[in-house]
Amino acid sequence: MPRAVKRNFLPLVFLGVVLAMPLVMRDDYYLHLMILFLMWVVIGSAWNLIAGYTGQVSFGDAAFFGCGAYTAGLLSHHLGISPWWGLALGGFVAAAVGLPFGWICFRMRGAYFALATLALNEVLRQGATIAENFTGGMVGILIMPSFTSKMPYYYIALAMAVASIASLRWVVHSKPGYYFVSIREDQDAAESLGINTHLYKMLSLAYAAFWTGIAGALYMNYMGFIDPHVVFSLHDISIMAILVGIVGGVGTVYGPAVGAFLMVTVQEMFRSGFFGLFQWLGAVSGSESLAKVAVVLTQAHVLGFGILVVVVILVLPNGIVGDWPKIRKRVFRLDAGN
Amino acid sequence: MDVFLQTIVAGVLKGGLYALIGIGMTLIMGVMGIINLAHGQLMMLAMYVTFVLNTMGVDPYIALFVAMPLLFLLGVAIQKYLLNPLIKADTILPENQVLMTVGIGMVLTEIVRFIFTSDYKSVTTGYSDRTFFLGNISFSVALTIAFVIALAFTGVMFWFLLKTDLGRSIRATAQDKDAATLMGVNTGRITVITFGLGAGLVAAAGALLAPVYYVFPDLGGPFTAKAFIITILGGLGSTVGAIFGGVTLGLAESLGATYFGMEYEDIVGLTIFILVLLFLPGGFKRLTKV
Repeated sequence: MPRAVKRNFLPLVFLGVVLAMPLVMRDDYYLHLMILFLMWVVIGSAWNLIAGYTGQVSFGDAAFFGCGAYTAGLLSHHLGISPWWGLALGGFVAAAVGLPFGWICFRMRGAYFALATLALNEVLRQGATIAENFTGGMVGILIMPSFTSKMPYYYIALAMAVASIASLRWVVHSKPGYYFVSIREDQDAAESLGINTHLYKMLSLAYAAFWTGIAGALYMNYMGFIDPHVVFSLHDISIMAILVGIVGGVGTVYGPAVGAFLMVTVQEMFRSGFFGLFQWLGAVSGSESLAKVAVVLTQAHVLGFGILVVVVILVLPNGIVGDWPKIRKRVFRLDAGN
Repeated sequence: MDVFLQTIVAGVLKGGLYALIGIGMTLIMGVMGIINLAHGQLMMLAMYVTFVLNTMGVDPYIALFVAMPLLFLLGVAIQKYLLNPLIKADTILPENQVLMTVGIGMVLTEIVRFIFTSDYKSVTTGYSDRTFFLGNISFSVALTIAFVIALAFTGVMFWFLLKTDLGRSIRATAQDKDAATLMGVNTGRITVITFGLGAGLVAAAGALLAPVYYVFPDLGGPFTAKAFIITILGGLGSTVGAIFGGVTLGLAESLGATYFGMEYEDIVGLTIFILVLLFLPGGFKRLTKV
C-alpha cells in the first residue's frame, strides 16, 4: 500500500510522533496538555461534522459533553459501577438527548438553530444545578481516578482521537457525507433532489453528540470531578469547540486537530504566562515590571482568546487548513521580500 | 390579591426595560439578519460608563446621555470595521458574523474585568431603594422613572422609524436589501447606523438599570440571553413584538419568582422561549401581523 502511505504521509508521521511521545517525555504537565489536546480533537472533529460539513452551527456542544460526563459520573455515583462504563454509554446518552432535540429544532435554520442549541445547553445546566438529589447540584460529582499515572489516559485519549478522525474521514467520503455537504451548500436544492434533509441533519447531529458525549465521559474519568458550571460551560466548552473548528479549518478532516493543538497551546500559554517565560525573565533580570507582565498575562487568558476569535475570523475565515494555500502564498511572498 | 397586583406591577416595570433591550436587538436582527450575541455585553459596558460617571458625582439619568452616544459610536465602529468586512469574505459558514459578535462580547467582558476586576459594584443614588405607594402597591422610584424613560425612547424610536427618511431607509433595508439598494438606499451605511442605534438603545437600558442592579463584568451573558428570548417571543425583526416580548418576559419572571421561588426566575424565561418556539414559531408577530 505505498500509495495509501504516500497520500497520508503527514498524518502518519504525526501519529508516530504522538504514539512515541510519552516514552520520551515523561513530564506529567506536558502529558496533561497532550491529553487535553486529544480530547479537543475528538470534540472539534464532532463539531466539524455538524457545523463544517452539514452547515448547522451548534453553539451548545457543552450540552452533549455534559451529558456524557454526567452519564459516567452518575453511573458511578448511584450504581457504584466503574465510571468507565460511561465511556461506552455516554455517547449513546448524548445522542439520545440530541436526536429528539434535533427532531424538534431542525425546523429552524441557520442562526436560529444555533441559538436553540444554546438554549438546550442552558436548560441542561440549570436542570443539573436544580436537581440536587440526582446530580448533586453545585456540589458536583467527585470520583477516584482509576490510574495514578497519566500514561493510560494518554493512550485511551489517543485511541479516541484517532478513531474520531478516522470515522470522520470515512463518514465524509461516504454517501451520507456528500448529503451533508449538499445540505450545507443549498438545503432547498438538496431537498428537491430527494434527500431527506431533516433525517440527515439528525444523523449528523447524532454523530456529533455521540463523539462529544464520549469526550465528556473521558473528561469525567480523567479529571475525577465535574459540576454543572464546568461541563455545561458556554465559554470553556461550547465556544472552545467552535474555536477549535474555526481556527483549524471548517469542513476539513484534519482542521480540528490543528485547531485543537493551537487552541490548547494558546490557552495554556496565557494561563501559564508563556510557560513561565516572563516570570523567568523577571527573576533573571531582577525587573519587577516583567514579573508583573506575567501576572497580567495570566489574568488575561480569556481576553487573548477573544482577540484570537476576532482576528481569525477577520483574517482566516476558513481556518488554517482551509486557508493553507493563502497562507503559503503570503509567507512565501514575505520570504522573497526578505 | 395585593401580592398578585404587586407582582404584575414589578413585572411590567421590568418589562419596560426589557423592551428597550429587545428593540435594539430586533433592529439589528431585522436589518442585518444576524443575531448580535454581544448585546448584553454592550449593555454591561454602558452600565460601567454610568458607574464611572456616578463615582464622579454624575446622576445616572444624566450619564445616560453620555453612555448612549459613546455606545452608538462603538456600535458604528464594530459594524464598520469588524462585521461588514465579513460579508465580502469567501467562506463556507454564513454564521461567521454571529461568531464574530461572540468574540466581541468576550473581548468586551474581559477588558472590563481587566480594568474593574470581577467585583460587584453598585451605582448608589438617593432614590435607588426609595418607593412610593399607590393604594397597597409599592412602586420602586428608580424603576418607575426607568419605565417612563424607556417608554419615551420607544416612542421616539417609533416616530423615527415611521416618519423620518432614515427610518424609512432602515425599514426598507430590513424588508429587502437588494430592492432597497436598487431604490438608491446606501445599505452599507444603513447597517452601520442600525448597529449604532441598537447599541445606543441597549446603552440607555443599561444606564437605566444601573441604579437598581449590580454592575459586574459577567452580567453581559445573561442579558444577551434575555435580549434573545425577548426577540424570539416578539418575532424576529418586529419592533412592536419586542415590546410585547419584553413585557411578557418581565411578567413571567416576576410571576415565576413570586409563585415558584427565586431560583426559577431564569428557568421560566427559557421555558417560555422553548414553548414559543414549539407552538408559535415566529412569535407574537404571527398574531399581530405587525
